[in-house]
Amino acid sequence: MSYSSGGPDESGRRRKVHGMLKLYYGLDEEGKISEKSQSLDPCDINGPHFDPELYLNKLRRECSLAELMDQETCMVKQIRSLDSDMQTLVYENYNKFISATDTIRKMKNDFKKMEDEMDCLSANMAAITDFSANISGTLQDQHAQITKLSAVHTLLRKLQFLFELPARLNKCLELKAYAQAVSFHRRARCVLQQYSHLPSFKGIQDDCHAIMDMLAQELRQRFRDGGTSAKDLSECVELLLQLDEPAEELCDKFLSHARSRLEADLQGLEAEIRPYPTAVKDDSARRSSAGSPTDSSPKTSSLPSPTPNTDILEFIDRGCNEFVSSLCLVIASYQELFISHAQTGELASKNIPQMANRKLHVFVDDLAAQYFSLVERRIQEEKGVSDNSLLVRALDRFHRRLQAVSKLLPSSTVPNQGTEIVIRAATERVKQYLAALQSFYMDSLTDVRQALAAPRLSVAGGTGSGGGPHLGGGATSRDAPNSLPELLSILSASILNQIKSVLASVHLFTAKDITFSNKPYFKGEFCSQGVRESLVVNFIKFVCQSSRQFCESAGDKGGSTPPALLLLLSRLCLDFETSTISYILTLTDEQFLVQHHSPVTPVTILCTEAREAAQKLLNHYVKVQGLNISQMLRKSVETRDWVNTIEPRNVRAVMKRVVEDATSIDVQVGLLYEEGVRKPHSSDSSKRTFSVYSSSRQPVRYAASYTPSAPMDTNLLSNIHKLFSERIDIFSSVEFNKVSVMTGIIKISLKTFLECVRLRTFGRYGLQQIQVDCHYLQMYLWRFVSDENLVHFLLDEIVGSCAHRCLDPSPMEQSVIEVICERG
Amino acid sequence: WTLYPATDWRPWSPHHNCSQLATANDTAIRGWDLRTMSQIYCVENAHGQLVRDLDFNPNRQYYLASCGDDCKVKFWDVRNVQEPVKTLEEHSHWVWSVRYNQSHDQLVLTASSDSRLILSNMVSISSEPFGHMVDDEELSEGEDNPQEEKVKEPLKDSVVSTYEEHEDSVYAAEWSSADPWLFASLSYDGRLVINRVPRALKYRILL
Repeated sequence: MSYSSGGPDESGRRRKVHGMLKLYYGLDEEGKISEKSQSLDPCDINGPHFDPELYLNKLRRECSLAELMDQETCMVKQIRSLDSDMQTLVYENYNKFISATDTIRKMKNDFKKMEDEMDCLSANMAAITDFSANISGTLQDQHAQITKLSAVHTLLRKLQFLFELPARLNKCLELKAYAQAVSFHRRARCVLQQYSHLPSFKGIQDDCHAIMDMLAQELRQRFRDGGTSAKDLSECVELLLQLDEPAEELCDKFLSHARSRLEADLQGLEAEIRPYPTAVKDDSARRSSAGSPTDSSPKTSSLPSPTPNTDILEFIDRGCNEFVSSLCLVIASYQELFISHAQTGELASKNIPQMANRKLHVFVDDLAAQYFSLVERRIQEEKGVSDNSLLVRALDRFHRRLQAVSKLLPSSTVPNQGTEIVIRAATERVKQYLAALQSFYMDSLTDVRQALAAPRLSVAGGTGSGGGPHLGGGATSRDAPNSLPELLSILSASILNQIKSVLASVHLFTAKDITFSNKPYFKGEFCSQGVRESLVVNFIKFVCQSSRQFCESAGDKGGSTPPALLLLLSRLCLDFETSTISYILTLTDEQFLVQHHSPVTPVTILCTEAREAAQKLLNHYVKVQGLNISQMLRKSVETRDWVNTIEPRNVRAVMKRVVEDATSIDVQVGLLYEEGVRKPHSSDSSKRTFSVYSSSRQPVRYAASYTPSAPMDTNLLSNIHKLFSERIDIFSSVEFNKVSVMTGIIKISLKTFLECVRLRTFGRYGLQQIQVDCHYLQMYLWRFVSDENLVHFLLDEIVGSCAHRCLDPSPMEQSVIEVICERG
Repeated sequence: WTLYPATDWRPWSPHHNCSQLATANDTAIRGWDLRTMSQIYCVENAHGQLVRDLDFNPNRQYYLASCGDDCKVKFWDVRNVQEPVKTLEEHSHWVWSVRYNQSHDQLVLTASSDSRLILSNMVSISSEPFGHMVDDEELSEGEDNPQEEKVKEPLKDSVVSTYEEHEDSVYAAEWSSADPWLFASLSYDGRLVINRVPRALKYRILL
């Protein structure tokens, strides 16, 4: 009993004991392989092949005395524990044996008792069987009679039903319980058919036929009236079908009924589109009778807004709720009636489902086409680009509701057409957005133009009162509140914002919750061709193109574009090239996940285009500004009598004006363009004298031995100079920096000056005046250009040419010139 | 009888018995009929700026060339003065002189203050179809030759060559009256340059 108190430790030990016993009896639970490996060793004390002699010998041979002693005690201990284990087991098992014998003995007694009872039961059962057989034997006759009677009864009931049928049918007809009448008739029909050779049945049949014809008539009438609801109608049709009406005719009738109702819906829709033209008509009518002061009809309140009365979402909603849902209802009930119903019944054999299906397709296609044309008309009226989400939601709803049709009619083309409408609407919308962007751009250009025009007046006034050239100092006073950089940043920011908002609006078309956004068109082509190409790329191209047009239109028609605008646009295009274009396109690609299946315009081409536009604009700016200054110089040369002029006392005002203008242009360009590189100045940049008439006491740059009084030598000198200098291209392309722009302008101006001088004849003082003017120009203009030698060269040429054209070429002393110039 | 200060005039259209002349007035070109003493046409804004020179096509009655300060050379049909028939934009400064070759009017000389002389071959608006001798055409001056528009020739309107021998503005260019292939140009520095039409082109025109 000591084992019963054991915990897990105890049970573990018990298992060990069992294991050992098992081992002893050769029952190895580990498996046969281990059994074999163990069993072969005769020295294994636990193995089955244990040989005590061998083991003892082995121990004696291998172990020391102490070990032997240990071994012995250990062995004794083990033996003792084994013995005690065995005793407990024997004791346990003995007890169990005793209880088992007791139980068996008890069972033996019980079985005997049960056997007796069973015998008694079988005897009883036999008695019962006998009795039962007896009873049934006596009752058999009566039973047969009852069966017969009940059969007669049912037959009689059937007959009664038949005889009563006409009356019943009539009553049903009176109560308008058509469905019941038909079901009655159906039940009786075959019987009547079968026994129609009997005159009485024949009479009934005829009566029934007459009544049913009436009923059918009634039903048809109801069907024809059409006022009934779709459900009633379908019931009618069902009954008529059961009455063997020709299915085709019924299909046609059913559809024509449905058509009339759907067309009423469509007319309702159409009426919503129409208000606009009718409003116009009203308007014109009103205008024709505008003379009468009493004409203040209530209609006028709705007239001012030319937009249709309902917005597109409402319209589509109405279309969906009225037309599409009733179309679906019609399709569903039609299919229920003519197709699925017929497939099970006997009608299937007559190809009714196919016929009905064909008719249904024609019907649906026809009506859907009408509906679509209405929807398209309505969408086309949606011109305003203010709220795109409304349109998208409307289109989404439109598209979603058509899915119901596709579920009902999987082979129908209606949903595809619907998708096409959505696609068309989307592309149309993209076009509208492009137009909106373009007009926005033109509007903002107009704004810029106005902003440029406004401060201009104040600037002109400011310089007029200031008098004299403001060099450097004038720059701050010319800063109008709307300065060019501000305008530029406003313009480009607003363009960018507009593009972003348009992209956001267009993005609605591809939003995840819009059903049509997962159509392949909206995933692929719409993004790449629609949005990227025809919206973004086209807009950028438009910006470049319109900028170019400023150059072209202004070129011939006298420069209507203000030069500052040209400059601003040029900078805008340049900014486009450097950053904006790639930014916009990256934005587009990211937003729309544009996958470049189809070839799209790469960024580089657009950038090149923008850069070309910028270059062209800047060139044009240079040309325009150059011509402005040229015009002044030309007038000043052409309108003066240079032969009979007085001795120069002052620099002519026009030269001051030229320098002033150059300064203001310099400031203007400096606001938008970087300085640029220039060649290093010589230390005496502003003091350099003209080689042509420089006096001998001043150092002459390239001809020390030059004698100033000989015109031939002058000519030679300038020719030599020209041989070594590069040819100057006057109207050449400029770089994108201030110095290059200024160089271009000054080149054009001075060349004009030169050519004009060559066309005139000068007296002595005329020449001297030109000398003074040129010196003055040289004092101020060198700082604007990249290479001052260019200015020197051109001014040299002017003075040289002037000397050629002079009747009495006696130049003014350099020192006098300097004094005059410094004085004013 | 002077209504407008003319900057240049080119008398005597070679047609009409020398009864017409044309003047350049600022940016406009005006044609005058001496018999009635009235203006017969006026090309307003012929050039963006001053018109410097004019020349009549010797073989085509209604055609004339003009050049000006907008660096362009324009060819006009005076029956339609809205648009030039052709525009050349080869020069980089004012064009001072334009001259038709008297025999082969597709050859046009232009002189400019960018120190260049340019010889252009304007086949598309010339009087002679490709490969024809000019002599054949000389007598049919009375009316415009309708054929030449249809002529398809491999030669395109092009700049034949640019002469850069001048170091200063070229103010005048003129064809030789004796040899149709010879021309001279004069620049401000007094240099007179005489050139020939390139041989290849000459044979192209003649043969």
